Amino acid sequence: MVIGPEPVAGDTTTLVAEETTAPPGAAKAIEGRSLWRIAWIRLKRDKIALAGGVVVIFLILGAVFAPFIVALLGHPPNEFHQNLIDINLGTPIGKFGGISKDFLFGLEPGSGRDLFSRIVYGSRISLLIAFLATAMSMVIGTVMGVISGYFGGWIDAFIGRLMDVFLAFPLLLFSLALVGVIPDRAFGLSGVSLRIAMLVFIIGFFSWPYIGRIIRGQTLSLREREFVDAARSLGARGPYIVVRELLPNLVAPILIYTTLLIPTNILFEAALSFLGVGIPAPTASWGAMLTEASHGLYQVDPFYMIFPGLAIFVTVLAFNLFGDGLRDALDPRAR
Amino acid sequence: MTENLLEVTGLEKHFPITRGIIFRRKIGAVRAVDGIDLAVQPGETLGLVGESGCGKTTTGRLVTRLIEPTAGRVVFDGRDITHVSAGRMRPMRREIQMIFQDPYSSLNPRHTVGAIVGAPFRVQNIKTPQGRKKAVQELLELVGLSPEHYNRYPHEFSGGQRQRIGIARALALRPKMVVADEPVSALDVSIQAQVVNLLDDLQKELGLTYLVIAHDLSVVRHISDRVAVMYLGKIVEVAPRDDLYSRPLHPYTLALLSAVPVPDPARRDAAQRERILLVGDVPSPIDPPSGCRFRTRCWKAQEICAQQEPPLETPALDEVTAGHRVACHFPITPEERTGRGAQQAREAAAAVGEADD
Repeated sequence: MVIGPEPVAGDTTTLVAEETTAPPGAAKAIEGRSLWRIAWIRLKRDKIALAGGVVVIFLILGAVFAPFIVALLGHPPNEFHQNLIDINLGTPIGKFGGISKDFLFGLEPGSGRDLFSRIVYGSRISLLIAFLATAMSMVIGTVMGVISGYFGGWIDAFIGRLMDVFLAFPLLLFSLALVGVIPDRAFGLSGVSLRIAMLVFIIGFFSWPYIGRIIRGQTLSLREREFVDAARSLGARGPYIVVRELLPNLVAPILIYTTLLIPTNILFEAALSFLGVGIPAPTASWGAMLTEASHGLYQVDPFYMIFPGLAIFVTVLAFNLFGDGLRDALDPRAR
Repeated sequence: MTENLLEVTGLEKHFPITRGIIFRRKIGAVRAVDGIDLAVQPGETLGLVGESGCGKTTTGRLVTRLIEPTAGRVVFDGRDITHVSAGRMRPMRREIQMIFQDPYSSLNPRHTVGAIVGAPFRVQNIKTPQGRKKAVQELLELVGLSPEHYNRYPHEFSGGQRQRIGIARALALRPKMVVADEPVSALDVSIQAQVVNLLDDLQKELGLTYLVIAHDLSVVRHISDRVAVMYLGKIVEVAPRDDLYSRPLHPYTLALLSAVPVPDPARRDAAQRERILLVGDVPSPIDPPSGCRFRTRCWKAQEICAQQEPPLETPALDEVTAGHRVACHFPITPEERTGRGAQQAREAAAAVGEADD
């Protein structure tokens, strides 16, 4: 491999860089290939991760543009279509839960609401809560992890025990109890937005130790690397070392575990909604749909359970595949 | 004699061994550096050799104040820097810089070469008249790299090139003194000579003073004006280079020199036979032997060695030149450096362990 003009005395350079090279003759400005570029090249080769990524983008776009999609392909999520419901049985008229070109995923038993619209709108709740909660735990986890790993000593011991307490917390019971005491309006919020805030808080505030521990471990090992000593020998202060030397090396693990925490939080939100702690009706939510379906309806109309279940499954799988691929691309030594 | 640029007296570093998390009890200390005296004159190169774990790296970190000394004094350029705060040390860091051992871990993998070599200007907030990028590119040229490498990342370079980047970073602030901690031991032998020669050239060009820490006696011989030998946290011998290599006075130095690999295959077997093999391991620095620290492995040890610690001084022997100091009660005699003497020393050294059992 030729790296442009090579004046190095005799240092016969075998470059560590990978196979792809600049085309011959491109001798002008040599642009360094950052680790991000290399990770991207690696990620592009991982078709499964790429597929997961495409689904993730698709889901996010779907959630963002839900009103347009529903206007195009369905009916408003809370519009009743009782003329399409069998009066005697309460189930949708037609095969497979009433799937037709008007109602892509069929109808909700009883009320006759468009299941497709409710799934699309449900993705907004699921993704919003999962993203916000993950962002919250990521920020807390990173700050706590870096503090813990960088300072060590009793600070590390204290934060370590704090994480243990958070991980040992009976979270499900706590959230069930919290719903009982939560007022109708608090912090200037009410109704659905208050519930969303509550769920974000519960999920985000209690899942930071997962990220915190990983960041602590990474910080601990980075702190001992010689480039930190080099920065100190130049006279760098603590904040400089943390922000300029440590954080750039922590971005990869943060990104990886964020993508892997999102599906966990989606599942958690669904579980809470399933238990009735989630978003109150009539707002569409995947977990709440599963609850309703589980009240005997799945025996007469299995599609009412299959579609929300499938939505959760596909979302979680896509995030996990993408996250795994991201880890392989960013940190090939992790396995 | 000119004034010393770096003067170290009675320097100690004890790493505490603690038990318990919240209620920490100190149950002992690793005496990594245990009272050493060193002086480095402007423009010279002092080589510090010793086997791994003898405290030479700790010494390097103490004089650059990366770690806090337990006791003793470090005077750099007339200023006592033993316990100055990080803030007061910052401006002085421009004058004493460090080259690190591992070219793979001493460069931040997420920074470009430009950011790494430019970091000293940024941290010290120095305005460069020609602009930071130009200044960095001049430094890259100085160490034999192409200025076009500015935007590249460390992983795109070989070990030798990376070490050049580390050297460029250390020289950015035009220091008076550079502490090089095993500057070439992580490199291929073929690259070692290039980096050593680069260090030599830079010294001539920029009037640098070096403290080179190494375990490789051939490297030290090539680069040093004077050499200090460390054993278990102490300096056992200091001498001008040629004196040390031709007339070692400490038994440990003699043993070390006899272990230097001989590049000539015809002579290798003979060298192998002439090697003085020390018996046993280096004693633990947590609980070092009384008196002379080398006595447990020394074939010349007598009672006095266990009772009295030998001071580092110039022995009153004919052949010894001024500036050659040794910490030994029974320095090596010219007789022992002859073939027969060495033979006896080898046998005696091999028998040290048996006498103990």
